[in-house]
Amino acid sequence: MKNNYDLVIIGGGPAGLAAALSAYDNGAKDILIIERENRTGGILNQCIHNGFGLTRFKESLSGPEYAARFKTEVNKRGIEILTETTVLGFNKDKIVTATSPVYGIFTVQAKAIILAMGCRERSRGALNIPGSRPAGIYSAGTAQKYVNVKGYMPGKEVVILGSGDIGLIMARRMTLEGAKVHAVCEIMPYSSGLKRNIVQCLDDFGIPLYLNHTITEIRGEGRVTGVTISQVDEFKRPIPNTEKSFNCDTVLFSVGLIPENELAKSAGVPLSARTRGAIVYQNRETLTSGVFACGNALQVHDLVDFVSDEAELAGRSAAEYIIKGATIHDAFDCENGANINYVLPQKIDKNASENVKLFFRVSNTFRNCTIKAVCGDKVIATKKRLIATPGEMETLIIPTEKLKEINGTLTLSLEVNE
Amino acid sequence: MFDIAVIGGGVIGGTILRELTKYQLNVCVLESCDDVSMGQSKANSGIVHAGYDAKPNSLKAKFNVLGNKMMSAYASELGVKYKNNGSLVLAFSEEDLTVLEELKTRGETNGVERLSIIDRAELNRLEPNVSDNAVGALYAPTGGIICPYELTIASIGNAMDNGAKLYCNFEVASAKKLENGYEIISTDGNKVSAKIVINCAGINSGKVASIFGDDTLNIKGRKGEYILLDRESGDFVSHTLFCTPSKAGKGILVTQTVDGNILLGPTATEVENPAPVTTAQGLAFVVDKVKSMCKNPPLFNSITSFAGVRAYSDKGDFIIEKSAIAENLINVAGIESPGLTSAPAIAKFVAEEIVAKMTSLVKNEKFNGKRTPDYFFKNLSIEEKNELIKKDSTYGKIICRCEGITEGEIIRAVRENPKAMTIDAVKRRTRAGMGRCQGGFCQPHVAEIIAREHNIAYEKVQKGGKNSTLLVGKVK
Ligand SMILES: Cc1cc2nc3c(=O)[nH]c(=O)nc-3n(C[C@H](O)[C@H](O)[C@H](O)COP(=O)(O)OP(=O)(O)OC[C@H]3O[C@@H](n4cnc5c(N)ncnc54)[C@H](O)[C@@H]3O)c2cc1C
Ligand SMILES: Cc1cc2nc3c(=O)[nH]c(=O)nc-3n(C[C@H](O)[C@H](O)[C@H](O)COP(=O)(O)OP(=O)(O)OC[C@H]3O[C@@H](n4cnc5c(N)ncnc54)[C@H](O)[C@@H]3O)c2cc1C
Repeated sequence: MKNNYDLVIIGGGPAGLAAALSAYDNGAKDILIIERENRTGGILNQCIHNGFGLTRFKESLSGPEYAARFKTEVNKRGIEILTETTVLGFNKDKIVTATSPVYGIFTVQAKAIILAMGCRERSRGALNIPGSRPAGIYSAGTAQKYVNVKGYMPGKEVVILGSGDIGLIMARRMTLEGAKVHAVCEIMPYSSGLKRNIVQCLDDFGIPLYLNHTITEIRGEGRVTGVTISQVDEFKRPIPNTEKSFNCDTVLFSVGLIPENELAKSAGVPLSARTRGAIVYQNRETLTSGVFACGNALQVHDLVDFVSDEAELAGRSAAEYIIKGATIHDAFDCENGANINYVLPQKIDKNASENVKLFFRVSNTFRNCTIKAVCGDKVIATKKRLIATPGEMETLIIPTEKLKEINGTLTLSLEVNE
Repeated sequence: MFDIAVIGGGVIGGTILRELTKYQLNVCVLESCDDVSMGQSKANSGIVHAGYDAKPNSLKAKFNVLGNKMMSAYASELGVKYKNNGSLVLAFSEEDLTVLEELKTRGETNGVERLSIIDRAELNRLEPNVSDNAVGALYAPTGGIICPYELTIASIGNAMDNGAKLYCNFEVASAKKLENGYEIISTDGNKVSAKIVINCAGINSGKVASIFGDDTLNIKGRKGEYILLDRESGDFVSHTLFCTPSKAGKGILVTQTVDGNILLGPTATEVENPAPVTTAQGLAFVVDKVKSMCKNPPLFNSITSFAGVRAYSDKGDFIIEKSAIAENLINVAGIESPGLTSAPAIAKFVAEEIVAKMTSLVKNEKFNGKRTPDYFFKNLSIEEKNELIKKDSTYGKIICRCEGITEGEIIRAVRENPKAMTIDAVKRRTRAGMGRCQGGFCQPHVAEIIAREHNIAYEKVQKGGKNSTLLVGKVK
């Protein structure tokens, strides 16, 4: 290990690995990847189901297989990786502080930094569900780690709260391991997971999905013994006399992912209240010059294929920064309008040399609708969708030649067609 | 045979146990749970009350004011986090202001120093997030905050370092009178004999007293529910904010904790069943009250909710005395709020004024009251940390990412007195799993360390509490 690198990448998940490859291939070869766990691959290491890489490799790979393809390439290039090393912080001068059993607490000086720390799961506490606090309550990701990495079953009789993808995947996984999944309940009128996961993980196993339902009580002293679920009204309040009771020993929570950004926050990198990731330009540079972000640390992706794409963009931009020096940005803002939860990037350079792909999520399930990017009364781009759901990330391309026409804020909105 | 057996490993039993190790006595503590501090001492507000609340001349008033004065030195000797943040009792009407005047007078009678009534402008300066409807406040600069389970764990740990014995999973079920004391028998049939018994069994102290033949204690439960907010919102308030007490009770409080979180609560409901469970109504009540006390409370940042049950006596005051009925039994019961604050003062009184009259106390010259803080690693300089990591590389490895807790700190908690045997026990000692992800990431690692250190199977590791195993077996 040296004490300075052109590029330091924080996080060795799929985002960090792809960013390293792309930076290297674009000429920035002096790279250090710092990873907290004892191996790279990130959350993919515990996703042993198939379905990764359909877009990118036109194959259905398991999580570890998908990660392995990137690890091989990283190793071929001899890119330096420090595992079992946690980044504790960095500052505007791009001095990164980290700790490891081997080197203790140390600093490295970087020219550019890529944030690829992934995301974390929202916990039960965020929901304040009444009742006791026995053993047997896990976030779906923790249960996934117990089953797939450690080889242990967290329980036998399961109720799942939230229909996020990890919850759906775990419903199937626990069932295959002999557990009985009694119900998945979702407080929203729609699932936040991918359609294919609802079909393949719930429907195929006859697991009921209760929309507009939430858990209103958890029972048990040592270990969970049961839960009560209730239907909710339009304000998400439980409706009396709709209670259903289940005996179970396990409750899994799959109630959302939050980009991991403590580091960015303490370094003063401005974050978006909507994505909870950094505010970025189309090249994935944050508002702190020379600091880039990608993957789930930037926005929560459904598919790792998109994570890799985004990371390649960030890696390429970081290489350009290292080789050519800082970009002077001359950008307009990009905002969410009606029926859109968030849009990324939040800032677009007027002179960007490539098409800009907007990533966004809609705020509800819409059928037969049009998505429009508008500046003032000028329509810049549109796209028709037969169905759009919050569970699937949407994209819209703004062609380079259109960028010149934008002289104010670009607003993205969704209209339902008559 | 022990000279003294303390029943109950809460803050009262814990501080008494430690006090007794200052003398040449063979002492132990019997605790029904799998760890110490599992009763009210685990789930309370953590306020070191100034002492204006209690009725003058009550035991509560006496020990509160004394305890408040002792706490800073007591905590620092044991390496327990304590902060003298000051308390504010908010008034929302002229009527409230009159009550505050009464509180101030009462406090002064009790011996509380430096109380003052402050106006809206001064209140604004101290706490900008207080509701615009507040008209003034009683300011008690001697009020403080402390981590209640840290204090309990440290007291018992230090007592053990000085020779005391801890028996966990020892639920006192019956007792046999011996010539010179008692044989105490647990639910599982384990036995411990002692010449003197000190009953500090919290909500069960009535039952425990009757096991020894004293049926005079009537202890009831009153539950309080809380919501805890992320440290991210930790600067929302810096003082402890109370409502003016009314007929409806003390109302709820908004306070910083010593670890930098924000704590909201507690409610007050009489309960037959002392299970510390939260309810939808209780949590909603807390939310409503907080909204009326403060501007835009950051409730979105809630990370957990919990409940504690106050064990109070129908006499309305602490009971700290030698039983009039059962020989060699001392009851320290009905220790509701301000019991945490009073603990060091109660412990001293029990040893010097009660035990001293029952047996001769000879000073233990070897007593060392100092304990290295659980958080010692955080306070080291980078050079010192690296020194330590060189000797023990586990201090270089972060296990709990939310709170930045290293493997070394967890191993230490598992090995030090009183040894952490469960996930929750590790959490209370190190804060691993107490952050915003609530153990989602670190729990499987912590379980591994416990299994390895205590040489038990991975799937036998418990969360905390009876039958609280994390796992049900291996995958197929
Ligand atoms: C529990 C869980 C299950 C998922 N299951 C699926 C699934 O089944 N299918 C699917 O398509 N997508 C799934 N996802 C989404 C998946 O996370 C993404 O597709 C992809 O893994 C994100 O890549 P990433 O590199 O951004 O993040 P991650 O894979 O999370 O990688 C981030 C890496 O950064 C490291 N890191 C973080 N902070 C630091 C630090 N301070 N210092 C050093 N290293 C650090 C972490 O250890 C981790 O290795 C899941 C996500 C989660 C959280
Ligand atoms: C909601 C709430 C808020 C409070 N806020 C404050 C505050 O802000 N400031 C303050 O000063 N005080 C406060 N208090 C009061 C304070 O928490 C108590 O006074 C203090 O914790 C009492 O300690 P204890 O040791 O007597 O009881 P406990 O902590 O309840 O300890 C009793 C112990 O005895 C054990 N036990 C019971 N039965 C048996 C048996 N048969 N055999 C063996 N062991 C047994 C239990 O497991 C338990 O560990 C509050 C209390 C509550 C509940």
